[in-house]
Amino acid sequence: MELLDILTNANFWAAAVRIATPLIFGVLGALICERAGVLNLGIEGIFTAGAMAGWMAVWLGASLWGGVLAAALTGAAFGLIHATLTVPMGLSQHVSGLGVTMLATSAAYFAYRTALPDVSSPPRITPFQPMDVPLLSDIPLLGPALFQQTALTWLAFAMTALVWWALARTPLGVALRAAGDNPDAVDAQGLSVYGLRMGAVTAGSALMGVGGAFLTMSAFDAFFFGMVNGRGWICIALVIFASWRPGKALLGALLFGAFDAFQVRLQTAYGGQVPGQLFLMAPYLLSILALVLAARRAEYPRALLVPWFKGQR
Amino acid sequence: MPPTDAPHVLRLRGLTKRFGPVLANDSIDLDLRRGEILALLGENGAGKTTLMNMLFGHYLPDSGAIEVADGADGALRALPLGRPQAALRAGVGMVHQHFTLALNLSALDNILLGAEPLFALRRRTGAARRKIDAIMARTGLNVDLDAPVGRLTVGERQRVEILKALYRDARILVLDEPTAVLTPQEADGLFQTLGAMAREGLSVIFISHKLREVLAFSHRIAVLRHGRKVGEMRTDEADLPAIARMMVGQDVESPPRPPMTPGEPVLELREVTLAGAGGRAGLRGASLRVHAREIVGVAGVSGNGQAALAALVSGLAAPEKGELLLRGAAPARFDPAAMIAAGVGRIPEDRHHDGVVGSMTLAENLIIERLDDPAVSRAGFLRRGRIRAEAERACAAYDVRGQGPDGAARLLSGGNMQKLILARVFERAPDLILANQPTRGLDLGAANEVARRLLEARARGAGVLLISEDLDEILALSDRVVVMHEGRLTEAPARDRAQIGLMMAGRGAEEAA
Repeated sequence: MELLDILTNANFWAAAVRIATPLIFGVLGALICERAGVLNLGIEGIFTAGAMAGWMAVWLGASLWGGVLAAALTGAAFGLIHATLTVPMGLSQHVSGLGVTMLATSAAYFAYRTALPDVSSPPRITPFQPMDVPLLSDIPLLGPALFQQTALTWLAFAMTALVWWALARTPLGVALRAAGDNPDAVDAQGLSVYGLRMGAVTAGSALMGVGGAFLTMSAFDAFFFGMVNGRGWICIALVIFASWRPGKALLGALLFGAFDAFQVRLQTAYGGQVPGQLFLMAPYLLSILALVLAARRAEYPRALLVPWFKGQR
Repeated sequence: MPPTDAPHVLRLRGLTKRFGPVLANDSIDLDLRRGEILALLGENGAGKTTLMNMLFGHYLPDSGAIEVADGADGALRALPLGRPQAALRAGVGMVHQHFTLALNLSALDNILLGAEPLFALRRRTGAARRKIDAIMARTGLNVDLDAPVGRLTVGERQRVEILKALYRDARILVLDEPTAVLTPQEADGLFQTLGAMAREGLSVIFISHKLREVLAFSHRIAVLRHGRKVGEMRTDEADLPAIARMMVGQDVESPPRPPMTPGEPVLELREVTLAGAGGRAGLRGASLRVHAREIVGVAGVSGNGQAALAALVSGLAAPEKGELLLRGAAPARFDPAAMIAAGVGRIPEDRHHDGVVGSMTLAENLIIERLDDPAVSRAGFLRRGRIRAEAERACAAYDVRGQGPDGAARLLSGGNMQKLILARVFERAPDLILANQPTRGLDLGAANEVARRLLEARARGAGVLLISEDLDEILALSDRVVVMHEGRLTEAPARDRAQIGLMMAGRGAEEAA
């Protein structure tokens, strides 16, 4: 039976983790923003801009890690725009977020076309290479899945732990969660609501930028139009699935990665008999299903989407 | 004993604050001594909260100065204005009326929020815990520090708010309407604690419009009206009518309650059992009778089934066991429309949430219970001219002051919103009126207006079921008092404060006598 063969195939698990990596960055970034009370629908565009900036920096001669830094800074810059519009100015987070998505996507395409006016296929860079951890990578199934990945995948896992620690165990994390639950409490304790929220949106957007860079610097080796393809929106849904918890966010991203890797393999196995679109649809369908089951009990950050203004009580 | 020769710890001079065209505070001076309890008294909108928000740095005053004794030497120094951080550092703590707590955090996290350095790899809570434990032992303000605040009761949340201030070494504690959300027992306990802390040197300012607690627990009273300080006196030299006159600016008289002979029963509950919504207390074999020309007051500590009783009579819940009769007949269905049709008028507990649609106009809110009435709509179209004319008349008759019939209901003050609801209910001349906490949060003038309208409805022949946590209000208005405890209703044999108080705590009528 092919289904079982797929599940016991090490390549499948390695692919699942690879597909999940940009989602891990994205969902962590969106989670940080939302925990502070700001929905960041700029994520889809920030992914695109990060993918573009990282790849372009390397193509212009930067090191790979220099490219990652460029992607993070690009993400942070667009995050700062969103934060300025939604936090001190208190504009609609939906409208501003969608605007940032359009702006960042167009800016990325514009930069690409300006730098490469008349190429039909983009120049390639040497991306991050998978690294073998000796001994550990020989563990059946788990070894190739976890220990034959690129450095960015490991960074994603490390960021999950870091974000969890920061939110749960540091004073900054406590203040950030309070800002997303009751900003009046933060203000009454003498902390800056604006500072916390803008910082969270900027930092979260930087993570989204890195998530985008994974696409051009690890999964592929060049920038293509439309390559983000809805991954940002998946992250927005995964945050709810994760109930705003970093550990569950990692789990959700891996689950989606597994669905996606599975459908690719099913297409190869059954492609002749069933239309391919059905398989393409499957991970999204299953994500919606998982969301319906998980999100019914989800407890939203109480101040999410609610603007707060200093001196208005 | 009020401290009359203790050193001053706070001096407000000429504080003025405008919001657009409204002068919220007009050059207010105020002094506070060490160990003194000052009550800040005034009607809604008199500027009490604005003044305290300036002291705490939420608002930046337009002019004026604040001096606080912020050091060991006791000298008064100018407080940087408009910054909560500076107020906290100078020893000013504030307990807000709408608690400033993050419900998703534990009590400990809420107390430490902003009190520890923000950028640290991990938190060191051991010393903080010891300090809070010591404060709790000294003051008796005990809470479970590790419980999420969202799971604490309202009384416990208020304790967390006070602990927040004390943890920051507050020497001046400001409480904004601290008893608005507390049961009478909790309120008395709070004031005893505050009194004990004041004897140890804490200075307290509390905002209230409940005269009884102000007279019982404060050393000094300052009265605000329309943004100005209109009076100040020692509590032991104050008398109630004089303060009430000062607050309102004119003589206020409680409306008289002439004796009346009750008529036929308009509402009857027979052994009704009903589960409460969301884990709250329900009804357990509750029986009750309300006659025409009669006001029946339901006294009780909140959370003993009042919400279930109100839901039942408004048609939001059906009895699981037992019967409900309106004028001797069971209602056609248990839903709000059927109850309205059967002659029930409802004044809901939470007027903002259940009473009005904030974004709709006053005129629209007035007709919302009778959209199919031919006077309101014909052939599926609203009769706008007629609705507007009626709204204008109702607003005038019930003295609803706002932006006219076309203004949004959410722009009304609490008192005017309640008057709008009264207009909607009384215009239909209902047989039975359910008045659930009808004067909560209203100032004296507006509360008296509500009382007057309820007595008018009684004279017209309606029965009134009055649910209130304010025993004074119940005693002033009711012909009979029933006490609610753990879902049961017991008739109080006499209109006796002490006895009813004991019955509210669960004693039987005979025991309590």
